[in-house]
Amino acid sequence: MSTQHASAESAASARETTEGTVYTVTGGDWDEVAETAARSDDERIIVNMGPQHPSTHGVLRLILEIDGETVTEARCGIGYLHTGIEKNLEYRTWTQGTTFVTRMDYLTPFFNETAYCLAVEKLLGIEDQVPDRASVIRVLLMELNRLSSHLVCIATGGMELGATTIMIYGFRDRELILDIYELITGLRMNHAYIRPGGLAQDLPPGAVDQIREFVKKMKKNLPEYDKLATGNPIFKARMQDVGYLDLAGCMALGATGPILRSAGLPHDLRKAQPYCGYETYDFDVPTADTCDSYGRFLIRLEEMRQSLRIVEQCLDRLQPGPVMVEDKKIAWPAQLALGPDGLGNSLDHIKKIMGTSMEALIHHFKLVTEGFRVPPGQAYAAVESPKGELGVHAVSDGGTRPFRVHFRDPSFTNLQTMAAMCEGGQVADVIVAVASIDPVMGGVDR
Amino acid sequence: MSAANGNGGPNPEKDLSASNLPGQRGDGGEEIRVQRGMFGADKGGDTSGYGGLVRSIRLPGPATRPYGGWFDEVADELEGALEEQGLVPENVIDRTVVDRGELTLHIEREYLTTVARTLRDDPALRFELCTGVSGVHYPGDKGRELHAVYHLRSITHNRLIRLEVSAPDADPHIPSLVAVYPTNDWHEREAYDFYGIVFDGHPALTRIMMPDDWQGFPQRKDYPLGGIPVEYKGAQIPAPDQRRSYS
Repeated sequence: MSTQHASAESAASARETTEGTVYTVTGGDWDEVAETAARSDDERIIVNMGPQHPSTHGVLRLILEIDGETVTEARCGIGYLHTGIEKNLEYRTWTQGTTFVTRMDYLTPFFNETAYCLAVEKLLGIEDQVPDRASVIRVLLMELNRLSSHLVCIATGGMELGATTIMIYGFRDRELILDIYELITGLRMNHAYIRPGGLAQDLPPGAVDQIREFVKKMKKNLPEYDKLATGNPIFKARMQDVGYLDLAGCMALGATGPILRSAGLPHDLRKAQPYCGYETYDFDVPTADTCDSYGRFLIRLEEMRQSLRIVEQCLDRLQPGPVMVEDKKIAWPAQLALGPDGLGNSLDHIKKIMGTSMEALIHHFKLVTEGFRVPPGQAYAAVESPKGELGVHAVSDGGTRPFRVHFRDPSFTNLQTMAAMCEGGQVADVIVAVASIDPVMGGVDR
Repeated sequence: MSAANGNGGPNPEKDLSASNLPGQRGDGGEEIRVQRGMFGADKGGDTSGYGGLVRSIRLPGPATRPYGGWFDEVADELEGALEEQGLVPENVIDRTVVDRGELTLHIEREYLTTVARTLRDDPALRFELCTGVSGVHYPGDKGRELHAVYHLRSITHNRLIRLEVSAPDADPHIPSLVAVYPTNDWHEREAYDFYGIVFDGHPALTRIMMPDDWQGFPQRKDYPLGGIPVEYKGAQIPAPDQRRSYS
């Protein structure tokens, strides 16, 4: 954290060289800074929090104008993690797109992949052909992902309050979920497992048992968060009435997810505009009427319980069947298998197509190098990510590559509410408010 | 999501008699690209015999009434509300496209704020949540190169529509919707940053992702992706935007 006075006297000394003017910028002496601050009768101080600060959730820069301990104005500086994913997508095939979008909000990879794939499937007009098993596994993974994302939110949020036990507990339980991801997709993050038309491959043997084991364990672990935090007076004192944003503010600023639900509106796309068959699952949408960080914390806790319910229902309704659309112009003829070096093609399958089927080999080659063509037009698909409405606007020009893919990431939109939540409050409450927004900079900056 | 999935979609009863079918999309959509040949490869000789093939790629064209289900309700209400304000709907709504179960209203840019305010405030419309703006650059759509696409969600009526506004490259101005939907503040800055669309009336239209002194608008189609060739197992793999394209 660096402090600079609004009317800093000498920021940098200049020196003329043959290469042009060279400015030497130094951090300065704290005594001098303090002296300058004391000399001035202006109490206005601007604090730059971040972009490298443990409590700003990655490379988020908060620019706070403070008067004593009160924040009079708050602004966000973002873009430090901009990686041009949307632009990059335009130079890869539609299938390769999942490899990129999974890296956007890196805590919710399955939501990014599903939203993207739903948009591509809508453009292709194959929504009805996606096999049931693929949809169930998508829901299963998304709900596990909701758990892992909320766990990180609660864990890091607790750590920022100084409650390191919650942090340890949260990451302990998230690890169990990452193990499941690794078993199913081969990777702990950045899976690219959900593909336009279905999934990259079926669940490996043992996955269902491991998830059942996890559900059992998690049912025991979830009440621990209640015991640790929900009734904890320090926790409550830090969170209650902090980061206040009422329903009108949420609607105006486009906030969705736990922030909107903490203002009392039970808006959840899984109920309102169901996708992947969510209308057939039995779950509740928790709300709070406190409009504050504590309400959001309680909502996240309850959503984790509901997610466990959905995961159990998914496991019960998993029926054997295909996990990719029938259409051979879209589905790769590949049969991917988990090899010793990670995700790869099954050797038996390679032997078969190389040795016995020239057609399949040509077809495979064309599909992988060229990709499939998507009819021109545009589509919008939205899913309820742990942070709110994750929308994908995909445009095709009839080619094998996306013409334009825009992600309406909930973190990006929700982060705008930071100023409304923090201005007029205390500096220490900024941390709590930002933690309750749960922004992930990978999603904000993309 | 899809209006065609039966659940509150445009055709809950599936009335399939010809006069009641939802609007079929026409062929008159804007041309965005001309494709030559069959395989997209422009380097080297094309011996396939398809090299002389020329096809124009068009976006879905305007739909005719009825649009189907609640689409007509929204269109009627909007047209009625515009007439009440003394506007001629045909001058305001350039075209209405129904495609893939989604309703898109192409709005003339000078009326965008009026339309958005009407859509937000009219009790029968009530699109209270804007999910931001997505810029699209169609270099082939002459005179309408830059598009701003808005998705409006009505939580009251559980509907989603799309507004599309275009501006020519030579005059990239589109009115800002921040006064109607404050959430568009950052979204419009993003669209400005990446596409150079100037949103008139935005309180502080500055770059948001790229550094403040960045030159150019990176997500325009004429802006190169960049990258360097990489050697992999003895072969030179060109940068992504130099690789063969099959589009």
